[in-house]
Amino acid sequence: MSGHSTYNPQNPVLKWFEARLPIVGLIHSSFVAYPTPRNLNYWWTFGAILSVMLGVQIITGVVLAMHYTPHVDLAFNSVEHIMRDVNYGWLLRYMHANGASMFFIAVYIHMFRGLYYGSYKAPREVLWMLGVVIFLLMMATGFMGYVLPWGQMSLWGAIVITNLFSAIPIVGEYVTTWLWGGFSVDNPTLNRFFSLHYLLPFMIAGVVGLHIWALHVTGQNNPTGVEVKSTSDTVAFTPYATLKDGFAVVCFFIFFAWFIFYTPNYLGHADNYIRANPLQTPAHIVPEWYFLPFYAILRAIPSKLGGVVAMFSAIIVLFFLPWLDTAKVRSAKYRPLYRYFFWIFVVVCILLGYIGASPPEGLYITVGRLLTAYYFLHFLVILPVLGLVEKPLPLPASITEAVLGPNHGGVSVVPSSSAAAPERRA
Amino acid sequence: MATPSLVEPTRRDFLYLATGAVAVVGAGAVAWPFINQMNPDASTLALASTEVDIAPIAEGQSITVKWRGRPVFVRHRTAKEIEEGKAVPLSDLVDRAARNPNIDGGDTADATDQNRAAAGKEQWLIMIGTCTHLGCVPLGQAGDYDGWFCPCHGSHYDTAGRIRKGPAPENLHIPPYAFTNDTTIRIG
Repeated sequence: MSGHSTYNPQNPVLKWFEARLPIVGLIHSSFVAYPTPRNLNYWWTFGAILSVMLGVQIITGVVLAMHYTPHVDLAFNSVEHIMRDVNYGWLLRYMHANGASMFFIAVYIHMFRGLYYGSYKAPREVLWMLGVVIFLLMMATGFMGYVLPWGQMSLWGAIVITNLFSAIPIVGEYVTTWLWGGFSVDNPTLNRFFSLHYLLPFMIAGVVGLHIWALHVTGQNNPTGVEVKSTSDTVAFTPYATLKDGFAVVCFFIFFAWFIFYTPNYLGHADNYIRANPLQTPAHIVPEWYFLPFYAILRAIPSKLGGVVAMFSAIIVLFFLPWLDTAKVRSAKYRPLYRYFFWIFVVVCILLGYIGASPPEGLYITVGRLLTAYYFLHFLVILPVLGLVEKPLPLPASITEAVLGPNHGGVSVVPSSSAAAPERRA
Repeated sequence: MATPSLVEPTRRDFLYLATGAVAVVGAGAVAWPFINQMNPDASTLALASTEVDIAPIAEGQSITVKWRGRPVFVRHRTAKEIEEGKAVPLSDLVDRAARNPNIDGGDTADATDQNRAAAGKEQWLIMIGTCTHLGCVPLGQAGDYDGWFCPCHGSHYDTAGRIRKGPAPENLHIPPYAFTNDTTIRIG
């Protein structure tokens, strides 16, 4: 994405148009001629999968909104109406509900891929931070969407999450009353959540645009973590990346379809098929699976404000990750110690999810506290120290060399040896 | 930019600043209706009070009524529960404030059993049934202190609805209420 577009239309109409609005050229340089590292593996296809899932959620969501009624007396029945009466309503709703889970599965893989290969390091800090913003918007959207069917889990999830804000000193109560539009989660709350649930995906789409823009300014990271140095390190986005992404999307859709058609309620809660009752809390209240690790962190701290602060900090810390990780080498492939700590961190996150789904008693509380401590330790102590004490493995001189062996690449095409030298440094 | 300009501010500079200031005030004034529309509307505020007949509630029973969309517990306490409530020294309490707007001092009065129960009718305990942690409805006559237990995050309340253990920061709040006669209360 440097210099002028390579797009040179011969057709006089396209020429005329390009001179006035160079949008076809922009698309060409961004998605056709755009150079992608030749060594990208399948973990790099999740960006495309996420874009497609955002599209799926917006399209199914817009049509569901044609049949849904955001009112406390009617919402639950209107969802059943979608399931039973609307043509293919069951399919559209199951696509949307499971689509949210698929979206989060894909985003977690995408984020862990970034963590493994050091994709957040200079010069991609802004790219990473925009991703964290998208993650926050996704969480808000997913939460509000879960409230809309107005079942028991919808209502009580909304009560617990909005009450998080009551932990803010002094103004907490005013903030919750303002969020609710009343003195409890009630019709005004449901109505505004519907409005915001419709708005936020378009905000996500906007930030995704910035995310891709930032990506195309710095170029993609790759499994070696070595920057692209010559044209032999890259291949054209089309057809190489487009078709590879397309194949990955199809595979992901098979996984998605398995949930839709064979176990559409597996990722939900049976309690949400009970109409919301503000006088009775379900015996075991848990959020959707994708919030469980953060829910476990919330419950690990035996203080209301402390729990809320810890939960939000668990996400905020990601914004500082590019500066907390002091290692100069990006990819875990060349970081023998970080590789282990990465997998420990993955296991800790999964265990936190398990603790979040368990009742808050006995051993679960102790284990939850230890895991929460480790989560923060990973970012605040392990990553800064590791960069100083770890001895990385030797890096390949170029992506081409990493792919084809030491006799290729990085010899004739590298402009000067000094440019390649820093990558050789252990 | 680092060196201060030696040129005297002109009348035009003043006009620029004044215009900008007016624009900022105007933007704030326009933003306010968009923010404030989310606060409780007139119809929500109008749902102020509920009358409850407490005659059918025998000793050891409680009922839950809805007030402002929230559950309110009306409990007819047993003599044992009252004894337990009175036996607790203030130093054992997590939250020492009574959280009772019906007595003098309200939030600052001591959370004694007397200050928590209905004035002069210590068998009656009337509280908003939302956990002060994250708003779940605690289960009655459960938990380690014979009072209420919140299943969501494990807060234990005693027989006077005071927080004793768990993440909740405050005692269960008491709504404004009054006895209109011996067997009727008006909440709100």
